[in-house]
Amino acid sequence: MKMKKVLAMAASMVLCGAVFASCGSEGGSSNESKKGDKLITVGIINNDPNESGYRTANVNDLKATFTKENGYDAKFSYSLKNEEQINFAQKYIQDEVDYLLLSAADTAGWDSVLKDAKDAGVRVILFDRTIDADESLYEASVVSDMDKEGEQAVEWLKNQNLTSYDIVHLQGVMGSAAQEGRSGALTKTAAELKWNIVAEQTAEWSSEKAQQIVQSVIDADKKFNVIYAENDDMAKGAVAALDKANISHGVGKDVVVIGFDCNKWALEELKAGNWNYDGQCNPFQSSYIVDIIDKLEKGETLPQKTIIMDEKGFDATTITDADVEQYGI
Amino acid sequence: MNPTSKSNTAGSIITAMFRKQIFIPLAALLILAVFNFIMDPSFFKVTFGHNSNGDPILSGNIISIIDYGSELAILAIGMTLVTAASRGQDISVGAAIAIGGSVVLRVLCGTNSRPDEIQAPIIVAFLVCCLVTMACGAFNGILVSVFKIQPMVATLILFTAGRSIAAWINNNELPEVRDKTFSYFGGLIPGIPIPTPFFIAIACFILIFLVLKFTTLGLYVQSVGINEQTSRLNGLNPAFIKFITYVILGLCVAVAGLIKVSRLRTINYSVVAKDIEMDAILAVALGGNALGGGKFNISASILGAYVIQFLTTTLYKFQVQSDALPAYKAVVVIALVVLSAPIVREKIASLFKRIRPERAELKT
Repeated sequence: MKMKKVLAMAASMVLCGAVFASCGSEGGSSNESKKGDKLITVGIINNDPNESGYRTANVNDLKATFTKENGYDAKFSYSLKNEEQINFAQKYIQDEVDYLLLSAADTAGWDSVLKDAKDAGVRVILFDRTIDADESLYEASVVSDMDKEGEQAVEWLKNQNLTSYDIVHLQGVMGSAAQEGRSGALTKTAAELKWNIVAEQTAEWSSEKAQQIVQSVIDADKKFNVIYAENDDMAKGAVAALDKANISHGVGKDVVVIGFDCNKWALEELKAGNWNYDGQCNPFQSSYIVDIIDKLEKGETLPQKTIIMDEKGFDATTITDADVEQYGI
Repeated sequence: MNPTSKSNTAGSIITAMFRKQIFIPLAALLILAVFNFIMDPSFFKVTFGHNSNGDPILSGNIISIIDYGSELAILAIGMTLVTAASRGQDISVGAAIAIGGSVVLRVLCGTNSRPDEIQAPIIVAFLVCCLVTMACGAFNGILVSVFKIQPMVATLILFTAGRSIAAWINNNELPEVRDKTFSYFGGLIPGIPIPTPFFIAIACFILIFLVLKFTTLGLYVQSVGINEQTSRLNGLNPAFIKFITYVILGLCVAVAGLIKVSRLRTINYSVVAKDIEMDAILAVALGGNALGGGKFNISASILGAYVIQFLTTTLYKFQVQSDALPAYKAVVVIALVVLSAPIVREKIASLFKRIRPERAELKT
């Protein structure tokens, strides 16, 4: 019995050790190039790259930009948890990085650590997500405007001049910024122009749930001619349900399909004419960030704190192969 | 035979029915069915048509239920055994499905994430997937049986790490299988209008019933769950039996994973089979199985799984508002779970006895 206890103890120690080891390597422990050489040190705190295709593209973009060749000494750490992210931030402040780039998991709880950063002379740039903290605590934030993404898509839909608008609306996880922005635009315009919302349900970003929802709409014999899915996965699930029921979709067909995020496979569907529209959620913030850092290094002041990125919407009839390559994530 | 004794037997049948474990999921199914029938009889309509490939297909809510409920039903088999033997639940099945599905795609796609042709036979991909998910099960099983860690804590490790491992298996790419035959497992086999997942589920049920009938697995699992010490004294090896239930669950996960990735011939690591572990545990609970281990009834769990899918489809059909969806589900689930609690069932049964006290006396 005692033997087993000891064994269990040993096993848990090993596990703990492994966890610490992995944290250590994630945190990036190189202290060599602190000051002296010309490299600009950057600490980047991001969400887990596995979170979504968007995040993977975002992480890859940052990794490709902040390299030694481009004059940066960058350290990366990833977590979906706010407390862990704050720990990473404290570590970077101790390391005296020049810039701290932050995509916060949660909007709250950042005040004190950002004050520490300010006192230590670390300049903070937010990307992708904003936080609830005083504007003086960070230099700039580079974000997407989710409301505008929705508005662009709805504007496009309006310009299609369909004879009737019977819409199946597939929502993301309720309360997320992307869901609120993309739903808001549709709900508003639908009320103004008396568009008929046949069904409005959350599929929680999941293709399979989207498929079930659209299936149930079809089974109920409800007529619809637009699928407004708030991400590509859900649009894909919806299209699978349409295929099952032999309902045609895409350019010049019975049902208009709208998706978001511009995954590469989604843009390929668009190019093939199976979908009609895909709205971009731009994950490529690094060029904007580099711009800001350049300006700050030269001692210039920034014209505005919040920088909203350009975001495109692609129409199946006008999209080119070059677009698929360039904007597909 | 006078009329009193006749109704007496009827009364005792009702009492006995309430005591039967399978009564609760059956009753829940019946209530949902009756509710749907009253609200809108067209719920049960099944239509025959053709899909965009020209293959025949049946569609309707009932077909959706037996289609989408199948993975959950398959998982419920393994989860019931795990619950009975180890007196705890495996919360890593969703993550394990992501791993298994990822392995299937990896083997089929090879190094290129979107090949035009599959790189290995599907059966090979499935067998590799079985090995990997059974290894995951074995990992959990060893933690639980040898190191005596609480099942929920032991499986928490894989629950946390699983989806990252799944993404890592495919280098974080989103592979897509273009070969049409791969979609047979989660879709339709041309010519057969009923979704394949249902047939796969039936095959799994038959298999497990044969195993339980012709081996002593069921008896051993039950006795280990009821009293480990006594089982040991009777010559059983409780650690091995617990271990084997986790491996069986791993096998169930492999089948469910194959169906999941086959549906759309691709995978999304963060949302595939999300929260399915909770539904699987719920299916076991709805089946009237004690979550504290011991006696179990697999058919009740399977029925419980289809009840959950019936509920989901019903909520979709009635277009419950998105923000309120979880609340509706929670209310129904609480009602069902409370009803299925042994203490409540005993109360109801004794209530029936009290209503007909004179007949109960007659009997004695």
